[in-house]
Amino acid sequence: MSRLSFRRLLTGAVAVAAAALLAGPAFAQKTKITVYTALENDQLGPYKQAFEADNPDVEIAWVRDSTGVVTARFLAEKDNPRADVIWGLGASSIALFDSMGLLHAYSPKGVDQIKPQFRSPKAPLAWTGMDAWLAVICYNTVEAGKKKAPKPASWTDLTNPAYKDQIVMPNPASSGTGYQAVYAWINLMGEKAAWEFMDKLHQNVAVYTHSGSAPCVQAAKGERMIGIGFDMRGAREKTQGAPIDIILAKEGAPWDMEATAIVKGTKNLAAAQKVADWAVSKKAYELYGKYYAIVGYPGLNPAPPNYPPSADAAMAKIDVIKMGQEREKILKEWTKRYDSKSAPK
Amino acid sequence: MTATALPTPAVAPAARARIDRDDLLMRIGICVLIAWLIVTMALPLWTLLSKSFQNQHGEFIGLANYIRYFSTPALFQSVWNSLYVAITSTVIVLPLAFVYAYALTRSCMPLKGLFQALALIPILAPSLLPAISLIYLFGNQGFLKDLLLGGSIYGAGGIIVSQVFYCFPVALMILVAALSTADARLYEAADALGASKTRVFFTVTLPGAKYGVISAGFVVFTLVITDFGIAKVIGGRFNVLATDIYKQVIGQQNFEMGAVVGMILLIPAVVAFAADRIIQRRQVALLSARAVPLLPKPDTRRDTALFVLCAVIGGLIFGILAMSAWASVIMRWPYNLSLTLKNYAFGDFDTNGWDAYWNSVLMAAWTAVIGTVIVFAGAWLLEKSRGFAVGRGVAQLLAMLPMAVPGLVLGLAYIFFFNAKWNPLGFLYATLAILVINSVTHFYTVSHLTATTALKQMDPEFEAVSASLKVSLWRTFARVSVPVCLPAILDITIYLFVNAMTTVSAVIFLYSTDTKLASVTIVNMDEAGFTAAAAAMAMTIVATSAAVKIGHVLLTHRLERTTQAWRRR
Repeated sequence: MSRLSFRRLLTGAVAVAAAALLAGPAFAQKTKITVYTALENDQLGPYKQAFEADNPDVEIAWVRDSTGVVTARFLAEKDNPRADVIWGLGASSIALFDSMGLLHAYSPKGVDQIKPQFRSPKAPLAWTGMDAWLAVICYNTVEAGKKKAPKPASWTDLTNPAYKDQIVMPNPASSGTGYQAVYAWINLMGEKAAWEFMDKLHQNVAVYTHSGSAPCVQAAKGERMIGIGFDMRGAREKTQGAPIDIILAKEGAPWDMEATAIVKGTKNLAAAQKVADWAVSKKAYELYGKYYAIVGYPGLNPAPPNYPPSADAAMAKIDVIKMGQEREKILKEWTKRYDSKSAPK
Repeated sequence: MTATALPTPAVAPAARARIDRDDLLMRIGICVLIAWLIVTMALPLWTLLSKSFQNQHGEFIGLANYIRYFSTPALFQSVWNSLYVAITSTVIVLPLAFVYAYALTRSCMPLKGLFQALALIPILAPSLLPAISLIYLFGNQGFLKDLLLGGSIYGAGGIIVSQVFYCFPVALMILVAALSTADARLYEAADALGASKTRVFFTVTLPGAKYGVISAGFVVFTLVITDFGIAKVIGGRFNVLATDIYKQVIGQQNFEMGAVVGMILLIPAVVAFAADRIIQRRQVALLSARAVPLLPKPDTRRDTALFVLCAVIGGLIFGILAMSAWASVIMRWPYNLSLTLKNYAFGDFDTNGWDAYWNSVLMAAWTAVIGTVIVFAGAWLLEKSRGFAVGRGVAQLLAMLPMAVPGLVLGLAYIFFFNAKWNPLGFLYATLAILVINSVTHFYTVSHLTATTALKQMDPEFEAVSASLKVSLWRTFARVSVPVCLPAILDITIYLFVNAMTTVSAVIFLYSTDTKLASVTIVNMDEAGFTAAAAAMAMTIVATSAAVKIGHVLLTHRLERTTQAWRRR
């Protein structure tokens, strides 16, 4: 309900602003900037409102879609970019843009306050991190009870034959989420052991989905017992009433960071910098903390509903840039092993 | 008479000058059509597909990408999987749609209007709707799961069932157009000669509808092979070419390899085009100027059998829709089945809320109006002009291509073309106009085939007579072609409207903040786990399209009395 009234409020505010504009030229025109994002829909309103309250001369126009679509669209537009700022896209995608020279390097005001791993390697910064999300095991307790399957505690537990055809994970060739999991396993277990683990896991996987969001959603619906997906999605499903447990595997968790960057060639650089500045302010991190357990500002320990206890320590050691470089090689091997065996299930 | 209708009837010399002028105008018209198709389709497509010969830095590398792609073992599996699914779906859809179309046009069974409306439901619905329904019905939690006898809906079976559901109305539309015009004199002659009903069917009915059957076959085949939405949701581990594109482009942002698969997918369209040319040479106008329209006579046994069959097909279609309607008001599937209307408060699930819906309605309306004018005028020019074989051939090929282009490829192609710095049409980018142009192009082929099928059944003598009476071609167009083809024209308008309401794959790359569409929000909401809200938005779209369709039926009814009276005796 609060969202509805918020919308009304916003509409009212816009109407007043429009009236003010008509009333006299004394008021400066707002700069409208285009922001590409893969943030969840329910975050867009609060982020925009909070930013615009502090920067009344800038108006945010979101273009939102899933990570893969936004990334593909941004790359397709690279010769004539349409976005001014990217705010809330996976750091792996943003690192790729950086390696192609598509970002405007800028160190936002106050960026030295944030945790070091939330800053891109070189100064001036190409991008800044907002929050991190972990890959977790979404475990449907109702379906598990029906089949008397034990509760897993680690990645290797998932190779238990009791889960045959009960696990769903994203296809790493279609989904960045899936690739992060595979890359993290290789880092955590070592290359040989990781492939052996995946060979066994493959016996239990019913479907590799094309969307990274699908696994926890399917687990929440009881379509499968276990989904390998990200904490935020699982927590939301649980809050909505799904009978799932969200488990952090004890070996360590694959993760990705959401990040902010300015697009090279933007016509609204001053306004874009205001977004970049605001995105690393303490206020912003407090807002991110309403949705994520791990944020880039030290000392904040947010606890959004139904998250596994905040676990910075659980984050597997991943080098985002190396992860991008090795993608082609790893996917080739993965596809050879598992994707060509496309026996219909 | 049909067999002897001359392609170029003798014309009185007095009318010569007028014909030359008309001829010239028609040639100019065809050139304009070609230019339109090149700008909205061929050039964008080429800017993307040419990447299949380039590396990631845009340097020409010949066939290296193709060699790399073909040396991947998973590929052949995808090719065979795609062919298997497409052929099976076509073989199932064609007879079903033919019988259904036959029942609608050639029988006296009751409730024809209802059946026609029922059959259209699948194209009124976004493709996610049947997928959601099938998973609720036959998924691991589905309440009809036991009917599968331990099988699974995920995989080839699920894809085929969804595709049959989805392609049925398209095949039906082409076949109804093919069957609704027939010369009663042929049937009277057959009757007088004592031919059996079976013989009449195989020697008169089927040959008359041959062109439609073959068109429908190619359309269904190509639609199935290029669709990735259904395969993505319900395909499980079953890989097809269209999901391979998704993996390359969305999963790995590898446009070059995506372009390679896009090129492979163009092959069926080129084959369809070649086949179309060959068959067309043999096609003869059914509705000669002297034809007597066929009116079905009651036949209790036949009508009852057809009624039962239509009831079964229509019932299945209705069942799938009803499942989604129910899904849209469920609290939380499958654990809390109490009913609620809160899933229709779209503002709670997506910032654009109901605005996206209104954007969709506006976009679909423009697509329908502009598209119908371009498609029908274009088809008429190609069918009724003489000579200028090269121009007509080029235009015909261009009109067949859009069907073979997966929406994903078309959407990206539009970014590369319309967003290029050198393009003077760049101002269209990120507007509603580009969504309209994209949708007209995306759905060009089926509309074009419907118009062509209807026009082909008109004897060229109409034009010849008009010419000898010194009536300008344009007047014949306005006074004869348009009124005679009005039912087909309205079908095209509706087809464009409903498809523009549901299209996702192309527009997902093209919408901007102010032009987000309802169909895109459905995908977003489903991905975010708001399945019920996604079903609710899908049902809202179905309701809108159904309302438009009902308006169409009422209008057709009235028009039939005023412009189609000649069909009755």
